[in-house]
Parts: sequence; C-alpha cells; structure tokens
Amino acid sequence: MSETEPLASVEPAADPSRRRLLLATTGVVGAIGVGAAAWPFLASLRPSQRARVIGAPVEVYIGNLEPGQLARVQWRGATIGIMRRTEQMLEDLDGLAGRLRDPESNNRDQQPEYARNLHRSIRPEILVLNVHCTHLGCVPQVVPEVGAQPFDANWRGGFFCPCHRSTFDLAGRVFSGVPASSNLLVPPHTFVDDDHVIIGVDPEGAA
Amino acid sequence: MAKTANPISRSVDALDQWVNERAGVKAFYKQHLSEYWAPKNFNLWYFFGSLSLLVLVNQLLTGIFLTMHYKPDAEHAFASIEYIMRDVEWGWLIRYMHSTGASLFFAVVYLHMFRALLYGSYKKPRELVWILGVAIFLILMAESFMGYVLPWGQMSYWGAQVIISLFGAVPFIGEALVEWIRGDFFVADATLNRFFALHVVALPMVLLLLVVLHLAALHEVGSNNPDGVDIKAKKDAKGRPLDAVPFHPYYTVKDVFGAGVFLLIAAFIIFFWPEGGGYFLKPDNFVMADPLVTPDHIPPVWYFTPFYAILQAVPDKLLGVVLMGVAVLILFFVPWLDRSPVRSLRYRSWVSKLALAVFVIAFVRLGMLGLAQDSSTFELRLWTFLYFAFFILMPVWTSFEKTKPVPERVTT
Repeated sequence: MSETEPLASVEPAADPSRRRLLLATTGVVGAIGVGAAAWPFLASLRPSQRARVIGAPVEVYIGNLEPGQLARVQWRGATIGIMRRTEQMLEDLDGLAGRLRDPESNNRDQQPEYARNLHRSIRPEILVLNVHCTHLGCVPQVVPEVGAQPFDANWRGGFFCPCHRSTFDLAGRVFSGVPASSNLLVPPHTFVDDDHVIIGVDPEGAA
Repeated sequence: MAKTANPISRSVDALDQWVNERAGVKAFYKQHLSEYWAPKNFNLWYFFGSLSLLVLVNQLLTGIFLTMHYKPDAEHAFASIEYIMRDVEWGWLIRYMHSTGASLFFAVVYLHMFRALLYGSYKKPRELVWILGVAIFLILMAESFMGYVLPWGQMSYWGAQVIISLFGAVPFIGEALVEWIRGDFFVADATLNRFFALHVVALPMVLLLLVVLHLAALHEVGSNNPDGVDIKAKKDAKGRPLDAVPFHPYYTVKDVFGAGVFLLIAAFIIFFWPEGGGYFLKPDNFVMADPLVTPDHIPPVWYFTPFYAILQAVPDKLLGVVLMGVAVLILFFVPWLDRSPVRSLRYRSWVSKLALAVFVIAFVRLGMLGLAQDSSTFELRLWTFLYFAFFILMPVWTSFEKTKPVPERVTT
C-alpha cells in the first residue's frame, strides 16, 4: 500500500499509529469471536447426550461360563470378551515374556491399575478384555488351542487378528513384530459377586 | 456487427450486447476457450484431464439423484440402497454409474497424474497447478472413502472402523480425536449421518472450488506439452504462439472424441462388470453392517491399496500411519524434488526413465499386495522402500544426469 500513489479522495491519516492499534484490536477480537463461534459447531460433533447414556455400564452373568470359554458382550459398541481361563492357560502365560512387546503391561493406558499384573485381570482366571485389535479395531479371533498355527509355529493359545495378522496371548498381550503395538485394552470392570461382573465401572476404592 | 434485416438475429445481437456490457461473458469465453492457446502436440495422455472433469460431472449428477432416494440412517441406509437397486426405476443404473464412476474417477486421475510425471508438467511455472491437483487428489480420497461408508454394508462399516482408528495413532489426543470423528463410542449412526453431510455437501463444494482454481492456475501459465517446450517463446506478429492452436474448436473436438471412447468403455463396465469382480464393490458390502462380526479380510477399494500396503509394511501403528500419510503428502514437494533443467522425460537420460519405471512398478505392485491377504512382509517393505526412494533420490539423479538438448519448437 505504501508504495502506491496517495488516493485523491482520501485524506492521509493524521496519526497512523491510532489506525494500527484499531486494526490490531479489531483483528484480535475478531479472531476470538471466530474461535468462539466455531466452538458450538466443533463440539456438536462429539458423542451426544443420548450416545453417552447408551454408553452406560452393563452387568453380565458369568456363572455359566465354562473353563476356556469366551463370552462376548457389547459395551459402548465395542465387543467385550469375558473368558474363564483354565489353570493350564494361566501357567502358559509365564513363559511368553521374551516374545511379547509389553509383557509387564508397562503401557498404563491399556489397563486400569488393578489389572496391571501377569494375568491382566482382577481374578486370575476371569479375563475381561476389549477384543478390538489395537492396530485398527478389527475383532480378533480366539485361537485357544496350543500348537503350530499358520501364523505362528509356537502358538500357546491367544487371539489372532485376521485383518493384519496381529497376535495376542491369552492375557491380551501383544506379540513382537506384528502391526499392533499395544496390548488389548482391559476396560474398567468390577465384580458384584461371584457370578456377576459390571463392565464400565471401576471397583470401589480404585481410581 | 453489420445490421441485418432479420428481427430475430437483431434481438439476439442486442441480448448478446446487453449481457456482455454487464457480465463480460465474451472475455471469459475468449480467455478460456477460443483464445486459450494450447500446444499443438498434445497426445493421448492429454485426454485424462478433460475426462476427470467428465467423471466429476457424472458423479455430481448421479449423486444428486441418489440422494433423492437414499436415507442417511443406520437403520435404513442399507435397505434404501437395495430399494434403489431393485424398486426405483433405473435406480440400479444411477447407482452403478455412481459407484463404478468412483473407480473410473481414480483410474483417469491416476493416469492424469502419471502424465504430469512423464512430461514434467509440475515444473516451474506450473508448481501451483500441481499442488492444487494433489489437493484435489486428497479431497477425492476423503470423498470416496465417505461415499463408500454410506451403503452401510459390512465393508462400509469395517472400512470406516479401520480408517477412523488410524487417527487414534496421534499421540495424546488420539482417542479423543477418534471419538470426535465418530460422534459416538463406536462407528454408529452419528458417523454415517455426518459422513453423508460431508460426502454430499461439504466436500463436493471444496472439490469444485479446487477444480476451478486448478484450471484458473493452468490457464494463467498455459499448458505444458510432451516436449516440455515453452510455446510462448516463439510467437507470430499478432502475439499468438507459433506452436499452439486455440483450445476451441481444436481441443474441444479432440476431447469430445476422447469422451466418446471413454463413455463406450465406461458403459461396457457399468452394464456388464459394475462391481469390477469385487474390486469396485466388495461382495461383503452386500451384507448389512454388523458391529459384532468382523469380516475375515478387510481390503480397501483398489485405488487405496498402494497406500494401504505401505501401512502394512510397518510393524508400528503410529509409524505406519505417518508413512502412509507421507506417501501422499510427498507429492506436494515433487516440483522442488525434481532439479532437472528439462521438463519432459523425452530429453532426460535413461536414469530418469528407469526411476519412473521402477516407481510405476512399485506403485502397481503395492496396490496388488495391499489387496491380498497374505502378502510377504519382505516384499511389502521392498516396494515401499522403492516408492519412497523415487522421491527422496529424485534431487540426486535429476541433478547429475546428462540431459539431451531440448528443441526450440515442439516436435510432432
């Protein structure tokens, strides 16, 4: 602007700094206004009240769950697997550490503190797991049998994701060298009594 | 204009004058058609720009008619597509023109982009034409992904699940971001509804704006040609480039012929091979979305598979996603990665030709690997490496290779 001829129709500003101040304040206030106006639109895309209510905790009866059996329930649209593991399955978890990416559950985002142990559960035998692959969200198949598999010659039982061949052991711990990089998620859960578990609520006293 | 006795032509002339005094239609017509000077040596590769425009029009028209019957609701979406296919008169044709049109769109766009690589059409002064083109490609990817979700079949659902969770790889805010995109704790009605809005209203508007800018930028600097010769350097006494012809009627006629051949092929595919043997529409997508059942294999549509293969080549989620993103975004930098003094491959050495050939093979091979269920990790990584090597090493070979002299005038 400064290089062009002054306009005949416009008086030059007596004090340009006043104009600069006005422009700057208008710009700042305008930017804040745009931000504030954008907020309702961006926030409207978040889960609605209805979706949040539907996402409430669910109670599951596990009294009829056989050893080695996996039950599936829905919580917040995710498939939650509840498995009663056998003694043998729990023993097999011990020897796998060398082949796992995070055997000690050091990634604290993947389980509540009360499930941060070898078997990744509150009660050793009852595994509660969000069985969506931590790679891209497919639901892995349960392959509980021990023995050579097309995807793993030394298979000790676990989960196999058909989408991109990620594998997890029977505590949902991810093997090394697969696309998924974290263990399967343990959702917040608590036991009401021996036969009932609630998905979506932490045990009393746990943060 | 000479006065004529004919009252009809007199009124036409008067109307013509009235409009032009107010809207400058004639100037626009001259600038972009009758006096847009295009090099006279365009070859087959130059069909794909105008064909992209043709397919865009097809997508817009068929899309408008599909929205008249489609219901963007997780309960009704799948059934409304079946309703269009079975009960709406000619609905099957309109739907197949749209869904198969999407695959044809990517086919012509990929060939159009290859043309630019072949003749250096991204080089100065056409960097912005190229950048706007890559932006169109990006928006097109988003547009087609969201469109694929709308039928709410198994592939729609699980494809959405997979693609949206890619954003979960973003450190710290990943999970919140994914929730915000889905609008629920899982891929649900809210997701379908917003994808409909974006697919039908928002992204087409952005796409059209970008196409206008792409053409405006092109018409500002003028078209490149297979020789990469600057046709504006040699002009006749009236300032017209010696090696150019006006776009209209010369190239409009040529493009109409190209459109005819293209429509013949397109019609054949739409009538006899609309699902492309499962490559355009997956068999699993004829089953309604079920959040409890994951299909055994979730390959994307063929035009995304090269990038999907790159994702699979990396054994880490964040790194894989980053690499896949870079694979697309690196295209923006091609004008500056290419240091060669000449544009066209015709005047470059065997090194450039070999590099482009390897790149094309890598891209096609990645596309095949991304589609297959049991691709070898070694092969995935080999072709991913070669894909990136093409771009990263481009400054090296283009600086050192010995180029041939470029003629002053275009060859035939």
